[in-house]
Amino acid sequence: MTAAATKIIQPLPLNFTNTTPRSPDKALFHPLKTTPSSSFPASTHKLRLTKPNSTLARRRSTAVFAVSDVVQEKKPKSNTFHPNLLITKEEGLELYEDMILGRSFEDMCAQMYYRGKMFGFVHLYNGQEAVSTGFIKLLKNEDCIVSTYRDHVHALSKGVPARAVMSELFGKTTGCCRGQGGSMHMFSKEHNVLGGFAFIGEGIPVATGAAFTSKYRREVLKEGDCDHVTLAFFGDGTCNNGQFFECLNMAALWKLPIVFVVENNLWAIGMSHLRATSDPEIWKKGPAFGMPGVHVDGMDVLKVREVAKEAINRARRGEGPTLVECETYRFRGHSLADPDELRDPSEKAHYAARDPITALKKYMVENNLVSEAELKAIEKKIDEVVEEAVEFADISPHPGRSQLLENVFADPRGFGIGPDGKYRCEDPKFTEGTAHV
Amino acid sequence: MAVVFQGIGATAALTSATSVDSKKLYILSRRLVSETKSTFMVVRSDGRLNSGSNRRAQKLITNAVATKADSSPATKPGHELLLFEALREGLEEEMERDARVCVMGEDVGHYGGSYKVTKDLANKYGDLRVLDTPIAENSFTGMAIGAAMTGLRPIVEGMNMGFLLLAFNQISNNCGMLHYTSGGQFTIPVVIRGPGGVGRQLGAEHSQRLESYFQSIPGIQMVACSTPYNAKGLMKAAIRSENPVILFEHVLLYNLKERIPDEEYILNLEEAEMVRPGEHITILTYSRMRYHVMQAAKTLVNKGYDPEVIDIRSLKPFDLHTIGNSVKKTHRVLIVEECMRTGGIGASLTAAINEYFHDYLDAPVVCLSSQDVPTPYAGTLEEWTVVQPTQIVTAVEQLCR
Repeated sequence: MTAAATKIIQPLPLNFTNTTPRSPDKALFHPLKTTPSSSFPASTHKLRLTKPNSTLARRRSTAVFAVSDVVQEKKPKSNTFHPNLLITKEEGLELYEDMILGRSFEDMCAQMYYRGKMFGFVHLYNGQEAVSTGFIKLLKNEDCIVSTYRDHVHALSKGVPARAVMSELFGKTTGCCRGQGGSMHMFSKEHNVLGGFAFIGEGIPVATGAAFTSKYRREVLKEGDCDHVTLAFFGDGTCNNGQFFECLNMAALWKLPIVFVVENNLWAIGMSHLRATSDPEIWKKGPAFGMPGVHVDGMDVLKVREVAKEAINRARRGEGPTLVECETYRFRGHSLADPDELRDPSEKAHYAARDPITALKKYMVENNLVSEAELKAIEKKIDEVVEEAVEFADISPHPGRSQLLENVFADPRGFGIGPDGKYRCEDPKFTEGTAHV
Repeated sequence: MAVVFQGIGATAALTSATSVDSKKLYILSRRLVSETKSTFMVVRSDGRLNSGSNRRAQKLITNAVATKADSSPATKPGHELLLFEALREGLEEEMERDARVCVMGEDVGHYGGSYKVTKDLANKYGDLRVLDTPIAENSFTGMAIGAAMTGLRPIVEGMNMGFLLLAFNQISNNCGMLHYTSGGQFTIPVVIRGPGGVGRQLGAEHSQRLESYFQSIPGIQMVACSTPYNAKGLMKAAIRSENPVILFEHVLLYNLKERIPDEEYILNLEEAEMVRPGEHITILTYSRMRYHVMQAAKTLVNKGYDPEVIDIRSLKPFDLHTIGNSVKKTHRVLIVEECMRTGGIGASLTAAINEYFHDYLDAPVVCLSSQDVPTPYAGTLEEWTVVQPTQIVTAVEQLCR
């Protein structure tokens, strides 16, 4: 270990409940374990005021501890000034729209699957929208995200058009991956969605690599303003996989600008997290590698957003990675082929009562941020977007034979030289997809 | 994975450590290589042969010196270096040329690489560009892929090719596939390289040949270098290629010396190399077996045969043009490889030749490969797992009857 090794920040022990005097260099998280009975953050008896002369007009619930105040909150743009709320009206509407889009899209996917428009393994995100929206809506376009096979909503949150994702699911050539990837491989160079991986854990090293590029660009290529952050989303099952641990080590070692987001929905197909993991508290594995580990209620988009803000800004400042465990739940089975018989109905009911969309709606309406009519308008708009996406996907063409051999190699000379001395890719049949390669 | 190499290479270290044994083996090898006394070939880049003196008691050429006096296209005399230095030269030139080129691997930085291919590069380019990774092949290969997708051009060094078996997930699933599954949006210009092949009693796990395992992966290219000249050229070409390329080096070839041009040159990744033109039989080979073939060729020439020797270099895809032209001329094919018999490169090559050039063959394609055994530690057994020059001579004699 060289002398230039990273300074290991030791997280404070679990029982620490007071906010520390904040030191921007040592902004730390404390594990936030919310009890099932905790209410949505806006309940007044749990709020703690910030310093009266602070320019940051935000309240924090007691569920959020020791968050650095370096985060600059943008001034509320709405006409009515709400000093006590975590979000502005615009932000609230954005979050709501994104979650409604995720939910409607996935519901439409289920319909389309059962109508035979898409095949294979389709994994739906219903119930987990708070994590995707809470994190991804804070990112810039240049920031990267990496996901698993449960990636439709991550792609949508990042900005990939619904029609491109739906087309991809239908296997049409207008899909975001030209129909070649499918449900489990959503990629977008334009929006920096690095996939979409079918094997769990595979994407985490790729995300680590994207974070490495960000650091490389800043330090080797001297692009001083490059502060791109990468988010890696994966589940509880992945947290027992070697690639997870190897990447936690490397990310902390080199202080890579990455946030590891665990979507702990307690089930890996039919394997309960508690049956698969010696220590089920995943956030604890962060400090073991020298990074903060945070647990957050993943059914609550505002809590997720607060934690995400800090983790992302930590990474942007060059302070290194964070492990965030989001306690969440998928309302549907593992995939559309999963009969979902193993999970206890009372468990499902418990989490259904904590539906993130309902919770955000309640928060915004109760605090007079928005009216019901505005929310209805959003729902209607999203319905139209999703319907249009299906129509677009329906009328889009299937890939032709000519697409078969394209994109195997970035440089198609990789198919080699044929017996006639010419490159295979120069064969006219190559573009038809019928060349012998 | 706990093997540590001191000095400039396995051969040097092992030679000094086992000098007594090597003499015994040398005597043994002299019996096996029936006629040749100086077991030492000079391979000229234009394919002609000279014999030189054997300076070390080793059964393998380690000091082949090639001069390019006559037919060299270069006006300057060039400079002499060892194969690992040629690799480093190619690597350094590319790092100089493009700041996005970086190296990742175990002990590539401060240690300079287990075979010194990256020696001093960390001092020159810094710890981030020549990155010492923890021992996590799967993850740092994946990291290289992620970096390649986002704009860098990483070179992953496997300390021994066998270690890349741990990275198979990333190489197969991500390296080969992501360009396709992303619909062409992301390119993965990564180079994965490392030493493989049967060395001097390195034991089964360190003596693996992975060519056969990787060859089915769509979307990757594989090349094998065998001389300092083609090592440098292929390294540069691999780095500049937009495709993921796996560059196979051989543990026993790192100390080969050759004179290479001073001018910059890049070789074609998809082309094979004509080592020795001939008329009677086509011998296809790659990597270390090239030297066993050339050793056998000397014997064959003395016996009146005229073998055409081609170093296929590109293991995936095959250069069917060079190979085809040769088959059309000689009508007989012998494949000599160090890969395993089952499902190896030779097996694929045999299938390809039979498919395309069946009409031109006067005899079935013969493939000499390593035995399908885990490479034994014992020197005698190890020698019998790989193809030896006498076997090549016998095979040619049989084919050319």
